[in-house]
Amino acid sequence: MTVLTTQDLVIDIPGRASGRPLTLRVAPGQRWGVLGPNGVGKTTLLHTLAGLRAPRAGRVHLDDTPLDALKRRTVAQRLAVVFQDRQDGFPATVLETAMIGRHPFLSPWRREGAEDLARTQQALAALSVDHLADRLVTTLSGGERQRVAIATALAQTPAVWLADEPTNHLDLHHQVAVMKLLRDQAERGAAVVMGLHDLNLAARWCDHLLLLFPDGQHCYGPAEAMLEPGALARLYGQPLTMARVDGAPVFVPADPALGDPHD
Amino acid sequence: MPAVNGRGLLALALLAVAGALALGLSLAVGSVPISAAQLWAALTGGGDPLHRELVLSLRLPRALAAFATGGLLGLAGALMQVLLRNPLADPYVLGLSGGAAVGALGAMLVGLAAIWVPGAAFAGALLSTLLVFGLAQGVGGWTPTRLLLTGVVVAAGWGAVVTFLLTLSPAERLPGMLYWLMGDLSYARSPWPAWLLLVPATLLVLPLARGLNVLARGPLQAASLGVAVRPLEITVYVLASALTAMAVSTAGSVGFVGLVVPHMLRLALGNDQRLILPASVLAGGALLTLADTLARTLLAPQQLPVGVITALLGVPTFLLLLYRSR
Repeated sequence: MTVLTTQDLVIDIPGRASGRPLTLRVAPGQRWGVLGPNGVGKTTLLHTLAGLRAPRAGRVHLDDTPLDALKRRTVAQRLAVVFQDRQDGFPATVLETAMIGRHPFLSPWRREGAEDLARTQQALAALSVDHLADRLVTTLSGGERQRVAIATALAQTPAVWLADEPTNHLDLHHQVAVMKLLRDQAERGAAVVMGLHDLNLAARWCDHLLLLFPDGQHCYGPAEAMLEPGALARLYGQPLTMARVDGAPVFVPADPALGDPHD
Repeated sequence: MPAVNGRGLLALALLAVAGALALGLSLAVGSVPISAAQLWAALTGGGDPLHRELVLSLRLPRALAAFATGGLLGLAGALMQVLLRNPLADPYVLGLSGGAAVGALGAMLVGLAAIWVPGAAFAGALLSTLLVFGLAQGVGGWTPTRLLLTGVVVAAGWGAVVTFLLTLSPAERLPGMLYWLMGDLSYARSPWPAWLLLVPATLLVLPLARGLNVLARGPLQAASLGVAVRPLEITVYVLASALTAMAVSTAGSVGFVGLVVPHMLRLALGNDQRLILPASVLAGGALLTLADTLARTLLAPQQLPVGVITALLGVPTFLLLLYRSR
């Protein structure tokens, strides 16, 4: 159980004004969605929360300790990042790739044991990529690689998930599967933060939302309160229409022929 | 121990046997052939005194120097490829051999005794390392791409200086210089400095190897998995440079071993650095020992440059492995 908090945090995007500092508390069990238009800094925020980028101002705390006072290894034992894009320098198999999620738990002289192997195989099975274990990752499709990346984070058994576009490249079925998995993780006490570009996924699967506006402003709160068509239209600079399907709000771009519903 | 699995241990054992066989062969073969029994007697302090003299003071130092140089180059190449995340990297890609060559040829040109040549080569290699690292800092720190580009350009600069030195040199010194440039173990004075670096370096990289596996997935991913990326990269850079500088000052710039040995092993054994790094030491050592034995016996009494032999042995082997890989 780990709480991730930020205190007057200003992320550092070169050439951009600082905007309003962010003070946020992500508690265990919560599923946060970070929404905003392209280039607003969703990825930069997630990297800053992970301690991979220095903030321009303010601090990030993991429980009561500032992130920069912790060793990278200690952070990695509690916090996992799913990156939006990844690089495969040299060919490696799916199993080897997911197994590096156990790296933070092993001392330099130790090799992965039976327990590490079991956790990794469970993680691969949870993402239904266990049948690909011996394939080289470079031979997989984009969606399969995305699932391997999430399995790697799952093998890391994190208390805090920072997932940047976790549904990238995934078909509808696997989008739902990944979102269910993150919900399960939250129900077991993980704190989950996802950067998302799909408003409807956020509406369906997140219980808290953080909206990042291009002018450096932000607002956040429980999802139901944040899903206000006017605010979302301003967020994306795109008029939206809301409907309810199966009880969940669904947003679609407004038909320009009908004019802006909020005019 | 960073235990390697059963298949890996078997591979390391086979490579160690190959290395021992290559060493044995290089002690037995030459102008005076020595049988296995005579060799054993000589090594254990008995047998024909002439054989003992030949084996212990002439062939053994050279064979050990060849093995250590090959091991240094294999390890340095494997490290550089991971550091730069570029499969084309070799120990010389950052201009180290160029700096060493300028040092060595400069010493030969001004007529210094041969005993100074390794020292001059080492100084040149060190100078080149510092130059490349300093220049790659630039504004905002170095990245692997920047380091690679700086190294390639500095190497080109050294290449021009080498050509210039060759042009200036009197004709009678040219053959020695050309042999040095292609790598030649008859310059090796003593194998011990190379071994004194090779053994601790191999032991040092073993605990780093899993971190290098993670680093190969990119610096951000590595940092998120708890790797202290910058300290690890600097350690690898310093280590690979020291290994290469030692190899070059022992035997000149022997090409090919550092590029191809790690790749052959990756094709055969996969890409776990915990296995690839020690395997590169053994395979590099075995290959260069074998190549040096052939270099001094094929056209005896004429000696061939060892670099020619490493390429002639390595090119077909590598192409075959590449052709058969998935």
